[in-house]
Amino acid sequence: MAHETPEPATEAAADHANEHGLHPLGVYFKIWILLFVLSACSYYVDWAGFEGFTRWTLIVIFMFLKAGFIVAVFMHMMWERMLLILAILAPPLLLIGLVGIMVLESEYTFWTRVIFFGLFEG
Amino acid sequence: MTDHAETEGVDGIHGVKTLVSDLSTDQEAFKQVHWGKVMMWIFLLSDTFVFSCFLTSYMTMRSSTTIPWPNTSEVFSLTVFGTSVPLLLIAIMTFILITSSGTMALAVNYGYRRDRRKTFFLMLATALLGASFVGMQAFEWTKLIEEGVRPWGNHFGAPQFGASFFMITGFHGLHVSIGVIYLLTIAFKVLKGDYEKKGNYEVVEIAGLYWHFVDLVWVFIFAFFYLW
Repeated sequence: MAHETPEPATEAAADHANEHGLHPLGVYFKIWILLFVLSACSYYVDWAGFEGFTRWTLIVIFMFLKAGFIVAVFMHMMWERMLLILAILAPPLLLIGLVGIMVLESEYTFWTRVIFFGLFEG
Repeated sequence: MTDHAETEGVDGIHGVKTLVSDLSTDQEAFKQVHWGKVMMWIFLLSDTFVFSCFLTSYMTMRSSTTIPWPNTSEVFSLTVFGTSVPLLLIAIMTFILITSSGTMALAVNYGYRRDRRKTFFLMLATALLGASFVGMQAFEWTKLIEEGVRPWGNHFGAPQFGASFFMITGFHGLHVSIGVIYLLTIAFKVLKGDYEKKGNYEVVEIAGLYWHFVDLVWVFIFAFFYLW
């Protein structure tokens, strides 16, 4: 949370330009094309009719690649200081725990429904 | 300023050094970062958890239901020239959102170059692409509602499908709509020259963070809800 002490306007602008503005535009175009290709790939997974483990693995790989490129380049995360990177990217790791708990819970609910209510149609 | 020597980067030991010195100086921790940017990131982090709750509850419903889940490939297919193309509209929406993310990234860049006209037009393009995304979503909702999908049931399969669909895509659509208004506001302020006095175009980047986040969430919705 810098910039509380007033700086001369031009100096501040030059500072910002050095920090961010001078990433060559080419980086964005490359990532843009890459995101298009990755989206086309994940759409192809459905088009080609992959099923089961292959399907889920491919979907997750393409998803994380896309998310990673958006966060790293478009959101400038790779040029931030490590403290900000950790403060933002570490907390979501807790979600692994939530997902794990809910997978167990849903298995339990599923078998409760099947065994005690005889509701299986699939 | 010695701080300038140890600037940004993820390069291992050096990064850890900046981490320790940032946290141990008994003052502000997020150095050389605009306060608005930190606040936006923290907001986006909290929003990540909101969307994660939706997606996790969707996962829980889908894996605990005893009725087969509707085949999204068929539910979301469009008939073009007599042939049914699976997920066509969703694919178009995905490409539109990625395109808008690209124009936004360029807008941020031109903002820092202090090219107000280009920044304005790129942000305007981003907002228009966003608005067309919302339009397509409205079309998709109408189609599904006409086919009888309701939050409490549908004839394709598990009744929880409707609840998940309307909740997740609705909340995402709300984010896109708010983003369009937000981007237009900032774009017109850029054009007017409101940020010239301070020469501070971080506002464009902060708006960009929000917009890229909307795209980011769609990546997960596309993978988990539509493709899974």
